[in-house]
Amino acid sequence: MSRPQSWVPTDPRSAPTREHVLSGLKGTDEGGAELVQLLTPEGVRVPDERFDGWAADVGVEELKGYYRDMVLVRRFDREGNALQRQGQLGIWVPLLGQEAAQIGAGRALTPRDMAFPSYREHGVAWTRGIDPTELLGIFRGTDHGSWDPIEARFHLYTIVIGNQCLNATGYAMGQRFEGRVGGDTESDEATMCFFGDGATSQGDVHEGFVWAAAYDAPVVFYCQNNQWAISVPLERQTRVPLYQRARGYGFPGVRVDGNDVLACLAVSRWALEECRTGNGPVLVEAFTYRMDAHTTSDDPSRYRLADELELWKLKDPIERVRVHLVRELGVEPEFFDSVQEESDELAARFRSFCLAMPTPGPERMFSEVYAELSPQLEAQQAAYLEYHASFSEEAS
Amino acid sequence: MTTMTLAKALNSGLRAAMEEDPKVLVMGEDVGKLGGVFRVTDGLAKDFGEQRVLDTPLSESGIIGTAVGLAIRGFRPVCEIQFDGFVFPGYDQIVSQLAKMRFRSQGKVPMPVVVRIPFGGGIGAVEHHSESPESLFAHVAGLRVVACSNPDDAHWMIRQAVASDDPVIFFEPKRRYWEKGEVSESAPAPLGSSRVLRSGTDVTVACYGPLVKTCLDAAAAASSEGRSLEVIDLRSLSPLDLGPVFDSVRRTGRLVVASEAPPESSVTSEVAARVQEECFHSLEAPVLRVTGFDTPYPPSRLEEDFLPDLDRVLDGVDRALEY
Repeated sequence: MSRPQSWVPTDPRSAPTREHVLSGLKGTDEGGAELVQLLTPEGVRVPDERFDGWAADVGVEELKGYYRDMVLVRRFDREGNALQRQGQLGIWVPLLGQEAAQIGAGRALTPRDMAFPSYREHGVAWTRGIDPTELLGIFRGTDHGSWDPIEARFHLYTIVIGNQCLNATGYAMGQRFEGRVGGDTESDEATMCFFGDGATSQGDVHEGFVWAAAYDAPVVFYCQNNQWAISVPLERQTRVPLYQRARGYGFPGVRVDGNDVLACLAVSRWALEECRTGNGPVLVEAFTYRMDAHTTSDDPSRYRLADELELWKLKDPIERVRVHLVRELGVEPEFFDSVQEESDELAARFRSFCLAMPTPGPERMFSEVYAELSPQLEAQQAAYLEYHASFSEEAS
Repeated sequence: MTTMTLAKALNSGLRAAMEEDPKVLVMGEDVGKLGGVFRVTDGLAKDFGEQRVLDTPLSESGIIGTAVGLAIRGFRPVCEIQFDGFVFPGYDQIVSQLAKMRFRSQGKVPMPVVVRIPFGGGIGAVEHHSESPESLFAHVAGLRVVACSNPDDAHWMIRQAVASDDPVIFFEPKRRYWEKGEVSESAPAPLGSSRVLRSGTDVTVACYGPLVKTCLDAAAAASSEGRSLEVIDLRSLSPLDLGPVFDSVRRTGRLVVASEAPPESSVTSEVAARVQEECFHSLEAPVLRVTGFDTPYPPSRLEEDFLPDLDRVLDGVDRALEY
């Protein structure tokens, strides 16, 4: 009896080969010409008929501000990695390489807009005024997120891949139901939902697209395509460039150079305004690269070529802004020195805050499970706290 | 007091909740123009508009996931899942987001969402339309799980569920939708409480949902044979309100727990465990269970064998009395 042939990966959707890497990633093959870019990797400002207007007000001061954002975010992100290596954090989720994608999008949001992050959005959190130290509890294991999501207009990190796309869509439906769309430019709102390339294979992302389209929800689906879902390359998630999927749901999709903060800002501003004026939803694919591991528990050397990283280093999101500021706008070295100094101070504060973080007491386990503690939980809490206390009495 | 069917009592309860709070939304498949496949939401879309009674895309994860987002925005969504066996695409959103949001945010983001689920068998339906998945929700911290059994509770419990700041999984006994009963002018009991529906002295029978009527009928039949059963409607399956059950078992010494659900790791096993913890010295017999079987729900020609009926409840009572 002949056995049915087992499935083997076929060439078009297998992992990138050395040739792919050297010629630019396969994901760029299609739609590459449609990539929105305002600042080349060499730091040259290039025109874009469609999106130039959305960055027209960005002068040297604004660009210096985005540069500062990115340097500070990268600095505390590196400190997070180091703290994990030193045993101070259980895990850290690095954003290295995605600073432009996050700062560009985050700086396009108004205070009224709402953002739903995945778990790598430390840069977006920064733009929402959330102090980096507030992210630490999640990774040290002292809380599941310490900020007030309603007040900050930045939801808590969502770890289950893709769940937040439906939550964001529901929130945006609420914005629409409350009449905060297509009316007054002073009060109109939008929602931005962050997720990765791996999440696009989740049913919740598909359903989010369907629902947002059905209810004209003012939500920007902002996919940071960093090419890798832990060890699985983009080619296992999709046959077509991700931004092209939007067409099937009946709304526009745009691919932007995710390492170009100016382009990410411009495209995000446009997308958010489309939503605020009632033309949502919109899909934005920020084409970027995860320069570090998936998390501190991951080892990318097992599944991807070092050459690939070297290629992407040439497209670094921060370096191109620095070059542009120096060469085209004549910014003096003192500015860069002062940002560097500020970033070191932030890292030191981040570190000392982490080391001083108290571990919550066991009563924290029982807190806010329900609006009102049930008699059953009350009994469990009382019994355990008594048991717990019996040890400290013995010790004293 | 007004007499109405259980479905109508739910409808009037939802209507009252929507009148009381403009943030209350009803959402689900076919709940608008059609009024739901069981007509529980009949007329609501007409009276409150399509923006408060949403005919949604056919997508259960979408129903729950967007309800979570709407709740973050300040709405109080009431979701309808069309049948018990269709809730599972939404289970991830229920377990991962709905149940944990309050805890995760330490109270900053409450989840006042109700998920209505018609449950249980007895209507001769095809597969996936007759299941009793309540234990799968009762096991999840952060959810309140309740089951109504009669029109009075249906009306008042749905209003209490909508008013609750916790997510409530609300089970409706679908084969009792058309049975009539009186609805009181005010709530007969708090949402989280069990109720003694018939007092008795020989054996305690704890039950919920569609089997409450079965057990009350069994108690009436037993009474003609000189046996006095105390029937307790659990109503709240998580958290369980077992105080009245403990009190009763301390008097009768015997407990039968009845449910349509498979018995393994279920609400009935939880009741049995807790009663032996609390009432060990009062028990004259082991806690016995009268339930469905640890099988998938059978083809409907066999459902009379699967579902506990009056005779099986009385058989359980007999076995408890034999000890």
